[in-house]
Amino acid sequence: MSSASPARSARAESAIAVATEEARLAAAGRTDAIPGPRAIGVPLGRFAALVWTIAVSQFKLKFYGSALGYLWQLMRPLLMFGVLYLFFTRILRFPQVQYYPVVLLQGIVVFTFLSESTVGSVAALVENEILVRKIQFPRLAVPFSVVLAALFNLLINYVVVFMFLIIQGGSPQWTWLYEFPILLVLLVIIATAIATLLSALFVRYRDVRPIWEVLLQTLYFISLVLIPVESISDPMLRKLLLISPFACIVEQLRHAVIAASAPTVLQVFGNPWLLTLPVTLGIVLCIVSFVVFDRMAPKVAEEL
Amino acid sequence: MDPAPSGAAAPRPAVVINDVSKSFTLPTEQVHTLKERALHPLRRSSSEKLDALKGVSMTVNKGEFFGVVGRNGSGKSTLLKCMAGIYQVDGGQIFIDGRLSTFIELGVGFNPDLAARDNVTINGVMMGLTPREAADRFDKVIEFAELEDFVDMKLKNYSSGMQVRLAFSVAIQVDADVLLIDEVLAVGDASFQQKCFDVFYKMRDDGQTVLLVTHDMGAVTRFCDRAALLDHGRVVDFGDPDEVAKSYLDLNFGTTRTEAQDGEGAREGDGAGSIEAAWFEDANGERLDTLVQGQHARFCAKAQFSRETANVEWGVVFENAEHHALFATTTTWAEIDTGTLSAGEATTFSVDFEVPFAPGRIFATPMISYLGSGDRYVDRRDRFASAVVTGTRHSGGSIMIAHDVHFDKTKGSS
Repeated sequence: MSSASPARSARAESAIAVATEEARLAAAGRTDAIPGPRAIGVPLGRFAALVWTIAVSQFKLKFYGSALGYLWQLMRPLLMFGVLYLFFTRILRFPQVQYYPVVLLQGIVVFTFLSESTVGSVAALVENEILVRKIQFPRLAVPFSVVLAALFNLLINYVVVFMFLIIQGGSPQWTWLYEFPILLVLLVIIATAIATLLSALFVRYRDVRPIWEVLLQTLYFISLVLIPVESISDPMLRKLLLISPFACIVEQLRHAVIAASAPTVLQVFGNPWLLTLPVTLGIVLCIVSFVVFDRMAPKVAEEL
Repeated sequence: MDPAPSGAAAPRPAVVINDVSKSFTLPTEQVHTLKERALHPLRRSSSEKLDALKGVSMTVNKGEFFGVVGRNGSGKSTLLKCMAGIYQVDGGQIFIDGRLSTFIELGVGFNPDLAARDNVTINGVMMGLTPREAADRFDKVIEFAELEDFVDMKLKNYSSGMQVRLAFSVAIQVDADVLLIDEVLAVGDASFQQKCFDVFYKMRDDGQTVLLVTHDMGAVTRFCDRAALLDHGRVVDFGDPDEVAKSYLDLNFGTTRTEAQDGEGAREGDGAGSIEAAWFEDANGERLDTLVQGQHARFCAKAQFSRETANVEWGVVFENAEHHALFATTTTWAEIDTGTLSAGEATTFSVDFEVPFAPGRIFATPMISYLGSGDRYVDRRDRFASAVVTGTRHSGGSIMIAHDVHFDKTKGSS
């Protein structure tokens, strides 16, 4: 072994001792140590810029990705709608429901948003490994950007919903201006909470994805996407289904966008106190999701 | 060495790393799914702890160009990632004054299916610009990267060199007070590397604080004001970059030799004896990793014989990094008779010389062969020892000849 000459190691030793002492003195009394990776941990403006940039690039990729470009994005819910439309107007009918085809289309569009934002987010932290491991990056921006990209799709799909409604003979309502945006915000909050929770859990548990896919499929059938609430005869079951905040939003959107005659969530519940159930559930979901994500955030780069 | 400063008078350092430690848990058996957890609720997931940093302390002053060097696995990249806010430290604190930018990876967020303009925006935002700043600086980026003719091409049709140029050009657009750079210089062609170096010079002149993590001792000695050497998660040398670079070579020298035994250097021989060590030393017997051109040095090799052997010769070949033999000598050429060697006998072979080699690394291949056999070896160890030759004068070739240059100017007839 070619050991360093004694003179050199003594020099190194004293240099290290001096440096250590300097660092200790410089650190003494300071409280502004860098915090390490956090769920957010950057100024909100920067957080927003990151979310926006990633979402826009994702959106562009879908837009330019295939030969038919954006048409495909639009076609998927429309094709789904075509199949279900034939089924529900030829085989199973809801003649008493006003503008049923539009109700169906809106349900599909809204559900597509939930599905895109959550399924897309599950593996997002793992897929965006390079962001998490190579630059200082607020972890929460990953699921948020997936939801935002899905929201761009939703807004474009809504153009089709509105057009379809007018063709079917519906007329503009004042609720489009206030109730509709509020409901969209609630929808985005719920989707974001689920997306955030799933993306954090997936880092540790890789079977979160298949489990969620099954749950999502279940949600499709119990969230009043296909079946209007008044066609359910059992009043108890109606109330039970509306415990899900997502089902409430779907039902209320129908009232706000398609027909003022459609029952509101409040009318279905009858008792206003029952409304606290979905509200509480939504709030709990948001809190749990943020807490889980926040605890996972500092460790993500190592656990991947 | 200065005594420790009182701290009050000195301006705040740009970076303070105080007693930072970081360990990773490496699960030997990773439980990745809920199912596995449910099936084996009692199984403790066993894991190993890897201490990547063990109480690292240093300060980097404002406007300083600071080098962090170390071998692979020494913890230097972990330290950089802790500073960058990618890993959370387990103990100690890190303080950073001013806006920080990291060059740990170039081209973060690049997407092969998007054109240069989109990628510049995305990457710029990742590196810390606002979307508007990124868009405004697009022309500057393209100009620096010399990619004016390829602006609308999708990134996937760029050559890898073009991608790197684009990424680097974005990275240097970021206005930061403290820059963390992790060996991104190892990419690109020679002319682009020169351009990168020019940028780093300029950053230093502009008073930005730069931390460079690298293997390249040339870069450390050329750019850095100070440097730190990490080994196994600890600081093992600190201060003057030349000294730190030497310590780094010391560390590496030890390793290359052991590695050479394992295979890098081929070994050939019938096993009658074994060359066990080879090294360079000075007149006092102090070992050398650096040979100074024109000065005295001695090459030594030791061998142990396991059975009685006669009629052998010792020899050595010095080669440069390009595998060109520069010089060879043997006991036979020096008219030394090695006689008969008995089992268990240890022999030493040494060559005294004045270093004639051009600057660069030289390698020594010691060998013991049977007299007159040509290529029948008792033992021969390719590139068993090496040293770095330093010199002050240039030599256009592989060796330096002691010489004097004269130049006369005769005035016109008076």
